[in-house]
Amino acid sequence: MLPPFEIHQPSTAAEAAALRARFGESAALYAGGSELLLAMKEGLGGFEHLIDVKTIPGLDAVDVAADGTLTIGAAVTHRTLERSPLARQRFPLLAEMERQVANPRVRSVGTLGGNLCFAEPHSDPPTALLVHGATVVLEGAGGRRRLPLADFIVGPYESALGEDELLTAVEVAAPPPRAASAYVKFGMHERPTVGVAALLVPDARGAVAEARIAVGCVGPVATRLGALETALGGLPLAAVEAGWPAADHAGDDLDAMSDLHGSADYKRAMAGVFVKRALALAARRARAAA
Amino acid sequence: MSAPDRRLALETTINGRPVSLRAVPEALLLDVLRDDLGLTGSKRSCEVQVCGACTVLLDGRPVSACSVLAYEMRGRQVLTVEGLAAGDRLHPVQEAFLAAAAFQCGYCTPGMIMAVKALLDETPAATPAEVREYLRGNICRCTGYLAILEAVSAAQRAAAPPA
Repeated sequence: MLPPFEIHQPSTAAEAAALRARFGESAALYAGGSELLLAMKEGLGGFEHLIDVKTIPGLDAVDVAADGTLTIGAAVTHRTLERSPLARQRFPLLAEMERQVANPRVRSVGTLGGNLCFAEPHSDPPTALLVHGATVVLEGAGGRRRLPLADFIVGPYESALGEDELLTAVEVAAPPPRAASAYVKFGMHERPTVGVAALLVPDARGAVAEARIAVGCVGPVATRLGALETALGGLPLAAVEAGWPAADHAGDDLDAMSDLHGSADYKRAMAGVFVKRALALAARRARAAA
Repeated sequence: MSAPDRRLALETTINGRPVSLRAVPEALLLDVLRDDLGLTGSKRSCEVQVCGACTVLLDGRPVSACSVLAYEMRGRQVLTVEGLAAGDRLHPVQEAFLAAAAFQCGYCTPGMIMAVKALLDETPAATPAEVREYLRGNICRCTGYLAILEAVSAAQRAAAPPA
């Protein structure tokens, strides 16, 4: 049973932002409801107003610009992105990640924008989007602004979304030519214990020209592993595919949280295991495509 | 003085029939189906989108009726397990579940069948790995799943007999 509330149907982002400004903390943005309604069933939030952003035209679109940048509307479902031919062909990491989110029912209704705004730490999308250096587009009374995703999700269940703003889109720049990627995850429950996204750009001689790795679910927010990315530079892809020994320690310095999904030590150990696997898979794909 | 009527007027199609109904904004799809319309095939279980017992199709896509607002039915097609049979003739997925005895207590069965229908409508030739992956979100605590997987494979063979 849910507590009583009223549903609002704005037809523009500005109207939605104005509703937020008017109702303040008694209002919640509502899209798929796959996080919000479960929290409300637990008596959290106390929202008297749900602002249905799905009634805003265009928020459900996936488009690519002339420069290859992908724009994903905030109300695009996990399922739509999973099956988007654009995503599959040009951003396979995103499609591979979305295919593994929760279950088909959650993917039918849950949206990318809702997922990012909820900022649940045990989540897949931020990890893959960090590897792509994604940007979020926020619209409110003060106009439109853009933030790197890394600055948008600031902590567990905490984002930089202003009180009179809504997230309207996620922008993802095209990966470098010949980039190969992989998303792997592991967990014993519905939500993952660890998720790892890796992207490798090969040079002409079959070595790593650029590496990007992000780990999610282990700590309060998903993070890039900058030192490891640098250390991978110049390594032969064949060696990475065979299992890069240094990856065993990839999780050692992570700010890990003990919870239902594992102790902090366990999660750090699993981060190492799955960073190694993600890199090996990305390296195999890079070599197969060469 | 009576309280104002907070109910929304919803026009929808349920199991192929146009339906006009009224529901409060916070009404869940499962409550309206079971309590207002008497369609009790969809089961209430985990309440958090994990078990799949309440699976129904909204415009052909599987959703957890326990965690979707009835408001989302407006202008869309809802299919529940009650809408699968054509008169006395069971749907091929239902037939396959019967033939393989793909249930014991039966509580997960309506949701399981709806999930399999959604999968096979979209991907008739789903591989065994794809079937397993798709059904990860439907929990059965009795069968051990093997009979269910057999039923899916039988339903696939019945729909597309090998040449």
